[in-house]
This record gives sequence, structure tokens and C-alpha cells, in this order.
Amino acid sequence: MDILKAENIHKQFSGHLALNDVSISVPQGSIFGLLGPNGAGKTTLIRIINRITAQDEGKVFFDGRLIQTNDVNQIGYLPEERGLYKKMKVGEQALYLARLKGLDKKLAHERLKYWFDKFEITTWWNKKVEELSKGMQQKVQFIVTVLHKPKLLIFDEPFSGFDPINVNLLKDEILNIKNEGGTIIFSTHNMASVEELCDHIALIHNAKKILDGDMNQIKADFKNNIFEIIYRNSSMNFNEIIPSHYHLLDEKSDIKLKRLKIQIPQNESPNDLLNFAIKHVEVHGFTEILPTMNDIFISKVKGTATTNSHA
Amino acid sequence: MHKIFIIIQREYLTRVRKKSFLIMTILGPILMASVYILPVYLTTLSDEEKTVQVLDETGLFEKEFNNTEDFQFIPIKMDFETAKKNFSLSGDYGLLYIPATELSVPTTGILYTTSSPSIDITSHIKNVMKREVESLKLEASGIDPDILRAIKSSIVLNTLKIDESGNEEKSYTEINMGLSIFAALLIYLFIFIFGAQVMRGVIEEKTNRIVEVIVSSVKPFQLMMGKIVGVAMVGLTQFSLWIVLTTILVGVFMATVGGDEMMTGSQKMMGTQGKVLSAQELTEFSKAAQAESSSTMQIIEGIQSIDAPVMIGSFLFYFLFGYLLYGALFAAIGSAVDNETDTQQFMLPVTIPLILSMVMIGFIITSPGGPVAFWLSIIPLTSPVIMMARIPFGVPVWEIWLSMGLLVVGFVGATWLAGKIYRTGILMYGKKISYKELGKWIKYRN
Repeated sequence: MDILKAENIHKQFSGHLALNDVSISVPQGSIFGLLGPNGAGKTTLIRIINRITAQDEGKVFFDGRLIQTNDVNQIGYLPEERGLYKKMKVGEQALYLARLKGLDKKLAHERLKYWFDKFEITTWWNKKVEELSKGMQQKVQFIVTVLHKPKLLIFDEPFSGFDPINVNLLKDEILNIKNEGGTIIFSTHNMASVEELCDHIALIHNAKKILDGDMNQIKADFKNNIFEIIYRNSSMNFNEIIPSHYHLLDEKSDIKLKRLKIQIPQNESPNDLLNFAIKHVEVHGFTEILPTMNDIFISKVKGTATTNSHA
Repeated sequence: MHKIFIIIQREYLTRVRKKSFLIMTILGPILMASVYILPVYLTTLSDEEKTVQVLDETGLFEKEFNNTEDFQFIPIKMDFETAKKNFSLSGDYGLLYIPATELSVPTTGILYTTSSPSIDITSHIKNVMKREVESLKLEASGIDPDILRAIKSSIVLNTLKIDESGNEEKSYTEINMGLSIFAALLIYLFIFIFGAQVMRGVIEEKTNRIVEVIVSSVKPFQLMMGKIVGVAMVGLTQFSLWIVLTTILVGVFMATVGGDEMMTGSQKMMGTQGKVLSAQELTEFSKAAQAESSSTMQIIEGIQSIDAPVMIGSFLFYFLFGYLLYGALFAAIGSAVDNETDTQQFMLPVTIPLILSMVMIGFIITSPGGPVAFWLSIIPLTSPVIMMARIPFGVPVWEIWLSMGLLVVGFVGATWLAGKIYRTGILMYGKKISYKELGKWIKYRN
């Protein structure tokens, strides 16, 4: 079942089309990557889901029915442009933001205590926000976002401003939330973390959705029959004797081993290449190279760049 | 609805807990009380008597210079040169030399002082000499001074208001003026100080980048109204504290220092004067005292003549709705800019009506029923200040209702407009906003 469904969303700002007939479906319990270059319309779509701005056309469904004002209490949103009141104390502020999400004071207090213990930041409770570093503030913001146990979490560039240790801490928490049945929309430019975390993705470019679906499926769809073959260095120059219908893309070598990336024709089995190689060199490895999300992103965005003049 | 209360609570508590609020709360009453206390205190300060030596060669004025509250006159008899020498050593305030003259009536005196003489002393001496010279001249021409005194008259002009049904009412122009300026000034200050606080609060949320987090929980309009109402409550708290503390301060002062000294001061005055005053002058003094007490009576009567429920009721109304109207506009300005320095271009059209109404007050109180006063007190942007300035003079009821009605309409309109600008503005960063751009925001669908 889809926890969130956006259908045919249109949004026009003065002289600028921000979203053009965009539809997405976010399956319950998944991590959904919302990708796209800067200015593509991701933030606008997220704001429409959060009911911060209203779409001109189209419908948003939450939990199977048309989204309503109170549903924002079931959504947790960590915006890209985020901050806290600098002069306010950390605990007081977290409590305030939690209460705005509809938690009552006592429950909010209990849960905050749990998270502050978990992140080992209980000593911050009475500190003013301005005394914390940026990374520390981000931790507080993360806690506040997830505190009311929303059915849907939306993270816009959640890892910016974190050191690698805290990035891992956060990734673990995001996976935890998923395992407990939460759904996460995850918007980022960091393709490595998309590969690591996401189940589904949608790619938005120039106000249009140009790609979406299950991530592994998309990767499979984009594979180009590229294989990597690893063999022991020998006196023989294997790369010079490969048949010409194999397309050599890349070669690397170190003292012992050589790695070649070879694209084979669509209709040919990789076994043919392997058989050929075994006859000539000592093969240490043979794997298919699937495209990275980075490759897919770049090829899709560049491929459509000329069709629309908006940036 | 529940969420807006949480916002109001935060806006209120964070401001009330600030040190600057505490400082203002303490400083305000001290300033206000000192306006009241200082003049009283200063009059008690001039207790110290200054001595003026009188060398009267004509011998006509010796008895006429009686000691006053501030000056003690000592007649001396010696030649002018030694008197001058002695005076410079004596440390006294002044030496009055009235040289002998061939004329039957002397008309010149010379006052020597170590520093520039005050107007008090010069006019006092002139008056005393004039009175004596006049009575000498009258005597010389055979007119009895008593007859003359009987002729002298003092005029009291009573002013009365009369309404359509013929009811007469005493009017107290000075008191009305004072009250109307005070009320108008309070409203003006309240709107400016706390309107600017709303604006700064909005800008703070924008620059902190917390605003998007909050509007994912509440509607932008709720956030805006929560802030405006929260700040209004801060303002009301501050003003009530000021009034209470000022009353206490003045009360304490009057009960201890001020009251006592004023009492002893006047007693002393009575005592010293009673001894030397001639019978004739005593009656004059008591007349003066009577006149003084009747003017005090007038002030009290004047204050009582003002319709307190109307005054207080309309003050609270204009105070609140005037602020709400401007608060919404200030919030809209805050949302449209990235920092306080950018607010200038939008501040001007909002502050002009306010400043205009302040400038016009002088004119309004001289002509509280004129067409300018009427129109300015009907138009919502100027009505809070101007209507408040007019009310002490009496305003037809329908005008007050019309003005109040239009102010409420103006408030709703301004809030609607501000809400539209606000919800777009708070999420807009790094863009110089023009009026054209604001116009577009108003047209956006929510």
C-alpha cells in the first residue's frame, strides 16, 4: 500500500513552472529517494506534501485518502533550510516544536529524554542553541523531526553539516525507523547514500518527473552489458588480442593484477568473453558492472537538458 | 486553535523573560515618575534663601521689601562705596542700590550681583518699586489707594459645552489637551515599539531558518497571528506594570519625602510671610491662595468631567486594534526581507500615516471637530492616534462607531493582505523583493 500518493501535481510561480504534471507513489515502509538537480522542483513538491504551499492542480493522498490539515501531525519534515531559535534553550525548544506537532507536554518530555539519552546529549538540555555547534544543532533537529513518531518522514539533505561518524549514526536511525514500519522520503544530491538507503526513487528534472521506480529495477534497466575482468599480469598483452566486437572501456593495473572494463554486444553471453579470457590469462575475477545512481542521474539529466530551457 | 496558543505562549514567555524587558519595566516607571516628581522636588530644593542687601538712599522703599520664599532683603545704612566693598566680601546674592534723587518720586535702582541675576529677583524688585512709586504718585494726585484697589478686577472666563438637546457641560480645554496628547502618544508609542518587535521576530525566524520547520506543523497564518497576539500581550503586560509601578513610586515619594517637604515648605512660607505682611497684603495673599485652590478644584472637576468609561474603553479599543492593524503590516514587511536593513523601502509607506497622525495632533487639538480631524479619525491607518486625541473633547457617537467599525475592517483587510505576503515571504531567501513582486504574492493561491 502507498502511504503517500501525489497525482498530476502542477505548480506555477510567476512566470516559472515549478512542477509539471508530477506524480509519485511512496510505498509504506520504504525509503523513497526524491532526486533531481538544483531547482528541479523537489522542494516545491515536498512543501506541497507538507501543505506549506498549495498545488495549482492535482491531488495528494495520505494513507489512502485525500490529505487533510491534521495529517501534518503524521508527517515529520526536516527541511534543507533549517535552524533553531538561537536564544532559546535546547530542551525548551525541542519541547515547543514537539508540542506544535500535537504531542502533549508530558509525552514529549518522556520521548525527548529517551532520545537525549540515546544520543548522549542530556547535558545540552539547558544550553542555549547558540552555544551548540552546527552539527550539534542538526542532531537536535533530527530528534525533533522524528519525536512524534510520524507515519511519513521527509528528509531534505539530512546529512549536510554532519561529520562521518554522525552520518553513520543518522543512517542507522533512519534504517531503524524503516524497520519499525516508518516510511521515509529522502531528498539528496548524495548518490552514494541513495544507493545505500533507498528502495525506490523518483527523478525530477525541470519540473517534470523523468524517472521513477524500484531502485534495483532501474539499475537493471540501465545496465549496459559491461563486465569487469581481473587477471594476473603476464607477459602477454591480453587487451591487444580481444576480438574487435568487444568494446574496451577502461583498464587499470597494479603490480600483480590488471582490471579491464569491457562492454559486450547485447546479444552475446558473457560466457563467451570469459571463455576467451581463460584461454589466454589467469582470471582472478569476473563481474557485471551495474550503473551507479550517479551515472544514471547524470545520463538522464544531461539527456533531457536540451528539451527544456528552464534551469 | 490549540497550536496558536502554544505559539502565543512562546512568543510571550521568551520576551517577558528577557533582561531588556525587565530593564524597560523598571526604567519606564522611574522615567514617568520623575516627570511628575522632579518639578515638586525642585521647588523644595529652592529652600535656600538668597540674601539681597538693600541700600535705599531715598528711604522710601525700606519697608516695602519683604522677604519672600526665595529672597531675604536686609536694609543697610552706609555710604555706597563701603557698601559695595562690604558686599563683595559678604557672599550675599545681591546689592540693591537706590540712589537719592532730586525728583519727588525716584525711578531708578541698581542691582549688583555676583552672577547674572534671575528673572525672579529683577521682576520682583521692579514690581515692588513700581507699586510703591505708583501709590506715591496716586497719593500726590489725591486719589485714595483704597478706591483704586476696589476698581481693579480679575476676570474668570468659564467655558461651557452645549449639545443639541441644550445640556450644558463645563469644558476644560487645557485638561482635554493634556489628556488627548497623552493618550495619542501612548498609542503611537505602543504601535511603534511593539509593531517593530513583531517585525524583528519575523525576521529572526527567517534568518534562523526555523520558519520552515514551524510551518510544517502550523499554518503560516497561525504563526503570524500567534506572534502578533503574543507581542500584544507583552505590551499590555509592560504598560500595566508601568502604570502600577509609577503609581507606587509616586505614592511612596509623596508619602515620604515630597509630601513632608511640600507641607513644611508652605507652612514656612505662611509663617514668615504672616509676620511681616501688612493687613492689606494679607487679604491679597488669601485671595491668591483662594484662586490657587479653586484652580486645583478646576483640574479635579475637569478630570471628573471626562467620561471615564468612554475614555478607557475607546483607549483600549484603539490601543489594541491600532496595534493589530500595524502589527500585521509589520509582520508582512518582516517576511518580505532577509534582514533588518532591507526593511527601509517597505517601512516608509507604513510609518508615514503614523508619523502624519503624530504631526497633526497639534492641529487636531486646536480644532477637534474640523474636517481634517474628522477624516483622519475615520481612516483606519490614522484613526487610532487621531480619534484618541479627539475623544477628550467630545466626539459624536456615530463618528466613534464608524471609526471603530472601519478600523476593524481595516484590521481584517490588513491581516488578510499580510497573511498572503507572509506565507510566501517567509520561505523566500536571497532575493530583493520589489512592490511588483509583493503584488504577485498576493495573487498566489494559498
